[in-house]
Amino acid sequence: MSHDTISKILRMVPREKAFYFFTSIGNYTGESASSLKEFMDKINGINVKSLEFHLYRGDFEKWVNEVLQDGELAVEVRKLQKFNLTGDALRNQLYVIVSRRFKRLTSNPSPIRV
Amino acid sequence: MKRKRQNFYIFPTVNNKFKQAPFLIERGEATLKLKNNTLILDDTDLEILEALQEDSRQTYMAIGKHLGIAHSTVYDRIKRMEKNGIIKKYTALIDAEKAGTKRITAIMTVFTDPKESEKVAETLSSALQVLEVYTSLSEELQIIAKVAADNQEHLHTFIANSVAPLPGVLRIRTSILTKKFKETQFTIVNNRKS
Repeated sequence: MSHDTISKILRMVPREKAFYFFTSIGNYTGESASSLKEFMDKINGINVKSLEFHLYRGDFEKWVNEVLQDGELAVEVRKLQKFNLTGDALRNQLYVIVSRRFKRLTSNPSPIRV
Repeated sequence: MKRKRQNFYIFPTVNNKFKQAPFLIERGEATLKLKNNTLILDDTDLEILEALQEDSRQTYMAIGKHLGIAHSTVYDRIKRMEKNGIIKKYTALIDAEKAGTKRITAIMTVFTDPKESEKVAETLSSALQVLEVYTSLSEELQIIAKVAADNQEHLHTFIANSVAPLPGVLRIRTSILTKKFKETQFTIVNNRKS
């Protein structure tokens, strides 16, 4: 993967492209993520209802693919839907997937500062 | 016999500061403060307004006959109230269900940073999906808005893409409205009967 591609995935996105966490239709938690790192950090603290809401609507997958432009991570997130996980089991698995990807991207031979 | 003094509101049909802000008019020596002058509304003006709120398509002649005054008086007073912005416009109340529009309506409560609330309310007021916007008195600063959308997905997309990202928005609570039991505007007629 090129340095440019990695930089693109790890960049901060503008406010209007950030991920806004909702718990149901129209109910915004007040939490948002503007980068992959922020997204990863929020997974552990956010209301688990929000994770369930967005995962099964395909919102995470869509944001990762269309905004962060990380197709590989989007596929991993989509696969998670098949396990029908809820609660902390879902939170833990999502964190494992995202943090593993983040680690891989940041431990590239030419490290990216985030 | 001296009439009891009453206060009542007239809802304009276009934006005041935010959407659907009311004017307060005092009954009796009714006054409406305008920018640099004061317009006095007497009982005849109020009765004309009441007649128009019941049916705005009736003629000056019909209103005059009903109130026992000349149609030219009705004409002059209506024109004066139109000129001074008391009568904002003449519109039609449409039954959306019968008109075949399958839209959903929701009440959205937006908790905001006090420094940004004015801007948030103004931005919401300019959105086509937003029908009404109010601020409310409570411990936290809230903006309450009525929103319409084609379906739940469109409603969520609007809130996620256009409301949540606004600077100063702290969180949002939304309730989708289901069954309507009553809908009316506060009118002079309502106030007289209460």
